Amino acid sequence: MEILGLSLAMVVLFVGFGLLIGVLFGFFGMGGSFLVTPALLVMGYPTRVAVGSGLAFVFGTSVIATLKHRDMGQVDYKLGVLMIAGTTAGIEAGKEIVLHLETLGLAGSIISVTYVVLLGGIGAFVTYEALRGGDGGEGINHDAAEDDVDADDIPDIAKKIQSYRIPPMISLRGGVSVSLWMILGVAFVTGLLSGFLGVGGGFIRMPALFYLIGVPVPIAVGTDLFEIVFSGGLGSFLYALDGGVDLSIVLPLLAGSAFGARVGSAATSIVDEDEIKVYFGLMLLGGALAVAVREIGNVYGIDALNTVSLVLILGSALLVSGAVVYSSITALREERQSSSPA
Amino acid sequence: MVDLAAFTSMGADGIDAAMLIGAVLLEAAILYVGYGAVEEAFGQRVVERLRGE
Repeated sequence: MEILGLSLAMVVLFVGFGLLIGVLFGFFGMGGSFLVTPALLVMGYPTRVAVGSGLAFVFGTSVIATLKHRDMGQVDYKLGVLMIAGTTAGIEAGKEIVLHLETLGLAGSIISVTYVVLLGGIGAFVTYEALRGGDGGEGINHDAAEDDVDADDIPDIAKKIQSYRIPPMISLRGGVSVSLWMILGVAFVTGLLSGFLGVGGGFIRMPALFYLIGVPVPIAVGTDLFEIVFSGGLGSFLYALDGGVDLSIVLPLLAGSAFGARVGSAATSIVDEDEIKVYFGLMLLGGALAVAVREIGNVYGIDALNTVSLVLILGSALLVSGAVVYSSITALREERQSSSPA
Repeated sequence: MVDLAAFTSMGADGIDAAMLIGAVLLEAAILYVGYGAVEEAFGQRVVERLRGE
């Protein structure tokens, strides 16, 4: 039996894989192309189709996850639009740096090393901060979208950035007020890294929104997803122009991820903010290790390391999404126990 | 001089690409509404079951 030109087993595989990614995407606002593109490449799809279909899938999933976060009041549109403007300029600058490095013949090695260091560095930092319990880590922040953020919950770097009162000042969700120029600056730098590394940038933007701008984690995730709708839409359109989008891949993946994104988005308002950060950090550390293994494989021509890299990425994705679901169920049960009369 | 043939073929590609992305958007919208209805119908029951009620 064939559906969309694929065997039933392949359709089930894609739907299941989409479900896994959807949970991560809805929960963290990242992980789409990071997981899908390498998997499609290993399955034998041409690079153009793997990247283009991955982007189209990210676009569809981000639409669903953003709508779900919007329902929970976790999208700051004003911040999102400003971030899009700054990020777009940054991506252009990042692309120029890559072109310059290519003329020097240094692009490949510098980008790979930067990717691993950045992914691992952010992962280690976020995990350390969350385990330390400082900088806004304490307690469940279920109503982050409605309430003003507590001054103690704002990371020190964000407090410093918020202290620069260069007009015009922009009021953000959670009662945060930041200079327009600071927002554009942060957006430019995240865009620069995104353009330089050739990635969607969710793993850079989400922590940047929290640690540098100071918006609560659920709003950082929702606003990041809102931005991905536009970057993913434009990217997939450009690839579709070259025939790089295969709907037989995208449609079943999306059918699974749409459900997973609902689960992941809902989990952000159930699971403790510290736990979100720990999982996010571990996911990045797993990704950094996987990219490092792949690069070593490429340098020394060991094909098996590509498979090891994919297993590492998928394994950490499976573990982390499982942990998200488990933590949500545990939190629901603890909530019931604490609300029931003694 | 403007190459009209190239422009037209690029336009056709652009329409095809837009239709592809439109199909993805349409599926996303249908899934959002569809799963939303499922969540509306069964969500509370599932949450209660998970809570152990």
